[in-house]
Amino acid sequence: MPGRYSISRDDVAHVAMLARLELSDAELDTYTDQLGAVLDHAADVAALDLAGVPPTSHALALANVLRPDEPRPCLDRAEVLASAPAVEDDRFRVPSIMGEAP
Amino acid sequence: MSPAGATPAPALALADAIRSGERRAVEVVEASLAAIAERDGELHCFNLVLADQARARAAEVDRMVAAGEDPGPLAGVPVALKDNLCTRGIDTTCSSRILAGWRPPYDATVVTRLARAGAVVVGKTNMDEFAMGSSTETSATGPTRNPHDTSRVPGGSSGGSAAAVAAGFAPLALGSDTGGSIRQPAALCGVVGMKPTYGTVSRYGLVAFASSLDQIGPFATTVADAAGTFDVIGGHDPADSTSLDRPTPRVLSVLDEGIAGLTVGVVRELLDGADADVVARIRAAAEVCAAAGARVEEVSVPEVALGLSAYYLIAPAEASSNLARYDGVRYGLRVEAPDAASMNVATRTAGFGAEVKRRIMLGTYALSAGYYDAYYGQALRVRTRIIEGFERAYRTCDVLLGPTSPTTAFPLGERLDDPLAMYLSDVCTIPSNLAGHPAISVPFGTGGDGLPVGAQLLAPALGESVLFRAAAVLEAGAPPAGDPGAVDPGAGGAVTGEGAR
Amino acid sequence: MTGGDLGGWEMVVGLEVHCELKTATKLFCGCPNVFGDEPNTNVCPVCLGLPGSLPVLNQQAVELAMAIGTALGCEIRPSTFHRKNYFYPDMPKDYQISQYDEPINVDGHLELPDGSVVGIVRAHLEEDTGKTTHAGGTGRIHGSDYSLVDYNRSGVPLVEIVSAPDIRSAAQARAYAAELRGVLVATGASDGRMEEGSMRVDANVSVRRGPDAPFGTRCEIKNLNSLRSLARAVEYEARRQIEVLESGGTVAQQTRHWDEDAGRTVTLRSKEEATDYRYFLEPDLVPVVPDAQWITAVADTLGMLPAARRARLVDLLRADGGAGGAGAAPTAAQQDQIATVVDLGLDDLVVGTVAAGVAAPLTLARAANEAATEPELARGLDPVAFAALLGMEESGSLSATQVKSVLAELMRSGGDPAAIAAAKGFEALAEDTLVATVAELVAAHPDEWQRFCDGDDKLAGFFTGQVMKATQGKANGKAVAAELRRLRG
Repeated sequence: MPGRYSISRDDVAHVAMLARLELSDAELDTYTDQLGAVLDHAADVAALDLAGVPPTSHALALANVLRPDEPRPCLDRAEVLASAPAVEDDRFRVPSIMGEAP
Repeated sequence: MSPAGATPAPALALADAIRSGERRAVEVVEASLAAIAERDGELHCFNLVLADQARARAAEVDRMVAAGEDPGPLAGVPVALKDNLCTRGIDTTCSSRILAGWRPPYDATVVTRLARAGAVVVGKTNMDEFAMGSSTETSATGPTRNPHDTSRVPGGSSGGSAAAVAAGFAPLALGSDTGGSIRQPAALCGVVGMKPTYGTVSRYGLVAFASSLDQIGPFATTVADAAGTFDVIGGHDPADSTSLDRPTPRVLSVLDEGIAGLTVGVVRELLDGADADVVARIRAAAEVCAAAGARVEEVSVPEVALGLSAYYLIAPAEASSNLARYDGVRYGLRVEAPDAASMNVATRTAGFGAEVKRRIMLGTYALSAGYYDAYYGQALRVRTRIIEGFERAYRTCDVLLGPTSPTTAFPLGERLDDPLAMYLSDVCTIPSNLAGHPAISVPFGTGGDGLPVGAQLLAPALGESVLFRAAAVLEAGAPPAGDPGAVDPGAGGAVTGEGAR
Repeated sequence: MTGGDLGGWEMVVGLEVHCELKTATKLFCGCPNVFGDEPNTNVCPVCLGLPGSLPVLNQQAVELAMAIGTALGCEIRPSTFHRKNYFYPDMPKDYQISQYDEPINVDGHLELPDGSVVGIVRAHLEEDTGKTTHAGGTGRIHGSDYSLVDYNRSGVPLVEIVSAPDIRSAAQARAYAAELRGVLVATGASDGRMEEGSMRVDANVSVRRGPDAPFGTRCEIKNLNSLRSLARAVEYEARRQIEVLESGGTVAQQTRHWDEDAGRTVTLRSKEEATDYRYFLEPDLVPVVPDAQWITAVADTLGMLPAARRARLVDLLRADGGAGGAGAAPTAAQQDQIATVVDLGLDDLVVGTVAAGVAAPLTLARAANEAATEPELARGLDPVAFAALLGMEESGSLSATQVKSVLAELMRSGGDPAAIAAAKGFEALAEDTLVATVAELVAAHPDEWQRFCDGDDKLAGFFTGQVMKATQGKANGKAVAAELRRLRG
């Protein structure tokens, strides 16, 4: 039921586009319901007043993990290209790219 | 004979017998392959059984023993690997159509370490697609069934690994745990499953679900086997920037130290919402700890109630980025289309299952402009609060106790169309992942339905030693299989099981 | 070449420069960072973005970034990496690991040779993408049938240097890029080769009505492959925007492509798709927190920067008398010579040569003009030998032409300049021979001599030419002129 949840059918269509997924109309309805239910459950989190609380992206407190600038063996090209869906001139072949990188 | 079939000899005892020449690895591996051949058609624990490779590897182990060399602490022990651990030249699919047929050109660090310890990989186990699920039903290769009751799920996402150990296919398995994916299926299948402190086991070669939460850990039939496996796979790895460069606790050697004088906190919020028979078992487990000389107290960590919501924003957000690379360009599935962007869409639409799409979209939404602060940013702050809540509890407690899962194994299909109900399966396990803390599920009797119940122990970061000591106490004091609920309080105390040395 | 009046308008330009770092390996893996190898040979699970692979940060890349920050007077800060999420076939993970809201270098500046200062907003680390070749059709991105991707460049370390919008002319944009390139080369961070793509420049251009007007809408210009393209594109784009505004239109914020052949910027029709990079902290990496000791250690490895090297040459000229006496500022020509000498790395040669006793203006001129024709060879010149050669010019024993000839030989093969001059038959003409020759020629051209005596100094050139002809160029022009003046009385 569109509009009931904190995410709209248009939102779902938009995120599907960003994520490079195609949804049928029926799927769009289903996902809107399902994502809405999950996000509504998360409303308890969204509603908390945590203004002074710093975010934790990572439970670890590590810093300066560095690697010496020393070459390591590369992969064998034949092995790399063997898993590719399409290859030409030792490169990965893709259908025409319609635009520049954003 | 348990409902799960023949209980295998514990892995470490097996390795000792092989190292001493008392048993031959080829026979042990042959028995494992025979058990798989006999029953995996019914259970579907494996995406791939590596019979020829396992036989060759076992023969090599036997040759080393004959030559007077030591193949290592897991010599000749059959091990099942979750199918999200990269194995060189061997299909690694994450139970997804999008990776069908992909053969990594490299081994995960844990795979290398297992091999160096003499273990023999017998196959790649089924899982929820990309580890997203709590029942192993989202697998593109079909569900795994619980060996105790094949109409029920084994839990997930590492359901294939848990069920393989429970069914006696292999005495050891590896899984990955992002929100409970080792502990919850361990509980539902009646085996030991452990999630290490974040950073103690290298993630290199583990196909990422949610990078800040993922951790590899062992499944075993005994606490000692899990401890021995943790000792093998743990330790610093320069290929993983989040790997802790400090001594990882060695746990096998401290297992029989007991918990006398320690404080065990029963977490009230973890009991909230759990089925009554499960709660009764956890209360009984607390009594076992008390009988072993620990002080038992009830503690409140109200922040853990926020874990589920925070988790289902953070994990999908990271996943939405981690799974972007499945675009049909370099490996895996490609569905052709006239231009590159359309090819990406066609490939991903055909290659991912419904649950994976759901989480990718949820995570994309949580990170997108205008919603980041309300959802993702807020979830990260909740994470801080959860860590603070645990810190408070660990000021008075050495370990915490609660259920691993609020219920026993549920029927196949029951929660598949209700994502929120499925997500609630992880409510007890998620807080440890958000905090990066270690936790273990130990079988502790059965519920009213006769299905296994898991008792979950939690410890602070790098608290593996105390975690395993407490687990050994619970294991020794656990009611015998099939026992309807009687608890022998005198059964607590130091473990002297045959696996411990 | 460009510039000039914009009819009351002012252009406002900021530059984003991507610089490939000269490390041995890539930013997050041990694959070689090499240009021009066979496609897809310098790749591993990490830079191919294979499932399960994880990045580990290259210490040398961090230190080169810190060196750039130090050279640009930046504050070096604790920094983190984010993921910038978007789909593109040249990006193996479909996200780029880049520093976002916590870059390693912030708030610096770059002083240009003309004394103007351009602010540096930030200079941050990020990874490069693979390289796409468009096949079939026109061979360009539009109309191509398909594309081929080589990931050798994927994961090569980049530092992106973002200037403040402080640039006000095409010439200044060019001077900024040239000076920045000099700094990058001097720090050892980059080879600064624009044509190989190791230094890539994007320009943000807007225009406004005079220096107090608010900023206009900006356009980003890409595909600037040389300093010349940069200056032309900025000038073109500013004039294009002015034309749009003066004809009553509005400038649309967009990315434009410089078409070098056509000499104009063009929009690229791109697929309608909202961009939302969904930045979040890269969970596979941990923060970089440089302490004072580390920052100092990196700063200590820095050589002299171009501005300081130019100042050293200016000081040398002033001490020596320069063109206009001791303490005078260098002439415009000398400023150009200084820029050339520093740009080509010949400043140590000049300093050493002056220290060996040669006048600074002559040394500078010969270094910037004659030696600069073969900069690689010139950098190997022994200052003592160069000083000996220029000393022969100062004493009048070699002509400028002869010096050039000896210098070419000296740069190629080394040796003693006097011996080379002798071998070439450049021994100075004996003074009595010169006196006799001049006397003969004066007698042979009485009319010209009379005019010279009447004050027509141009005739000195005529007699010098005659002497040169008679002596097969062995006479020193200065000595001939002196003798002519002596005879005239």
